[in-house]
Amino acid sequence: MDTRIDPTVHEAATMPHGPWPEDSLARVPYWVYQDQDVYRREQERIFESKTWNFVCLEVDIADKGDYRTNVVGGMPVIVVRAAEGGINCFENRCAHRGALIAFDDGGNVQNNFKCIYHAWSYDLAGNLKGIAFERGINGQGGMSKDFRRDDFSPRKLRTTVLGGLVFATLSDETPPIEEYLGAEITGRVKRVLNRPIRVMGRFSQPLPNNWKLYMENVKDTYHASLLHLFFATFRITRLTQAGGVLVSPDGAHHASYTIGSEDVAGTEAFKEKDLRSERDDYKLADPSLLQPVPEFGDKIQLQILSIFPSLVLQQIHNCLAVRQVVPKGTDKMEILWTYFGFEDDTPEMNTLRMKQQNLVGPAGFVSMEDGCVGGFVQRGIAAAGDKISVVEMGGNQAESQATRATESSVRGFWKAYRRFMGY
Amino acid sequence: MDATKLVELNAAYARAIDNEKFEEWPKLFHETCIYKLTTAENIAKGYEAGIMYADSRAMLEDRVSALRKANIYERHRYRHIVGLPVVLGQVKDVADVETPFLIVRIMRDGVMDVFATGCYRDKVTTNDDGALRFAERIVVCDGGRFDTLVAIPF
Repeated sequence: MDTRIDPTVHEAATMPHGPWPEDSLARVPYWVYQDQDVYRREQERIFESKTWNFVCLEVDIADKGDYRTNVVGGMPVIVVRAAEGGINCFENRCAHRGALIAFDDGGNVQNNFKCIYHAWSYDLAGNLKGIAFERGINGQGGMSKDFRRDDFSPRKLRTTVLGGLVFATLSDETPPIEEYLGAEITGRVKRVLNRPIRVMGRFSQPLPNNWKLYMENVKDTYHASLLHLFFATFRITRLTQAGGVLVSPDGAHHASYTIGSEDVAGTEAFKEKDLRSERDDYKLADPSLLQPVPEFGDKIQLQILSIFPSLVLQQIHNCLAVRQVVPKGTDKMEILWTYFGFEDDTPEMNTLRMKQQNLVGPAGFVSMEDGCVGGFVQRGIAAAGDKISVVEMGGNQAESQATRATESSVRGFWKAYRRFMGY
Repeated sequence: MDATKLVELNAAYARAIDNEKFEEWPKLFHETCIYKLTTAENIAKGYEAGIMYADSRAMLEDRVSALRKANIYERHRYRHIVGLPVVLGQVKDVADVETPFLIVRIMRDGVMDVFATGCYRDKVTTNDDGALRFAERIVVCDGGRFDTLVAIPF
């Protein structure tokens, strides 16, 4: 399959520095992280196209009229629980002058939303229902009689729910979520989200780099033991530990995982290289955060899963989170972290999750470096828009592999990205 | 509880962190203690998670050793401006204290940014030797955004 051709794309791709170099999944041109036209095209061709975008958790909008605001790429949206129990999503833009219809993170609106600017109102499906002074005052002013409200409602998105995650899409052609993800990745989502969850906290983390650098980092199983000393030292994971990476057939989504048995012989590979991350003398004074309790009925200790374009579902022992990646310009982005546990957690499990939350987030023992490394790339490539990066560990394809010393799922990202973008 | 001693405790806290004497930081806590870094919004919603959480002094020591030995980040330091502590109440020997703070982050290249503001919500008790120590310090940040990374405690 030619990864560059999407039969539904008719518009010619414009690339700042000519065609994709070497036409290989193992090469990525740096202009893709820098160019303003690329950024605009991503909004149109990825976020507003045939993709499922995470918009909220189902528990965020349990009752009728409960809503959350979010963004799909750069497009502000409202997600709301409808009267009949369904979930609606529509663009958070008043049909009149374009103001935000809802400007808080969430809340409850009972039956309708009302734009504060001129009090135009919308029902829970995003239909324009009320226009203040539509007939004017004392026969003066008002809207013209032939104004058709239905032509001016905000854009509506279809929604779907998987394991309590709510996704939205602007396209009528986006396949059902299980088909979109493929059976393997769908199974890995359900593996973690197997019962009702409860939110434990929300934090956001602005990063000084293009959003794709973070998505690549999430998919990059190669770096984990090399960049993150904390992981490697305490044998939470290392490349020589059993595990692998699953890549969906279209390359777009991935799940990397480690299995709880340790390959002792493999540690020699680390020692020979005299890598920074090998320090056997490093011990914790209070190791209680590294005493996880198995809760998913298997031996998978750690699973990092990504859903194209911009969602990460993380299970690191008992530390569970979703990370929504929000583009904020060519060289800025934000991670919206939502930590969660399950409704049936015991107090002990709650405490254990809080302890393990030290591992991730902006202050995470094992994720802290991910906060700065994307910025190092963004700064490093400042004068290299016409140069390329090498993504060749484990070959040049994007298939599932039984090792994590590979960049297979990073190549999968580019396979999907190029198909959507027409590159 | 003696206000002067509380001011001294907070000054010692800020000085340990700002002068990068991180090993001094856990010593200001009791052996069994709570330290949590969270936001006003999480507290308001009843969400318990923090981006840092410790329920022992040993966990705070681990924060310091990770900072020293494990974690990689661009060189930077903090300047704390700590306001005046207010004693909200006292039950037996445990005082509930609230103290506002402002943290400026000074990056390697000289850029100075307001990194965080908020208030410390503390439970403070007196040691056998008469010194005040934290039984609990909840760092409640006013905002919910943490730029790039948080290596050094607040």
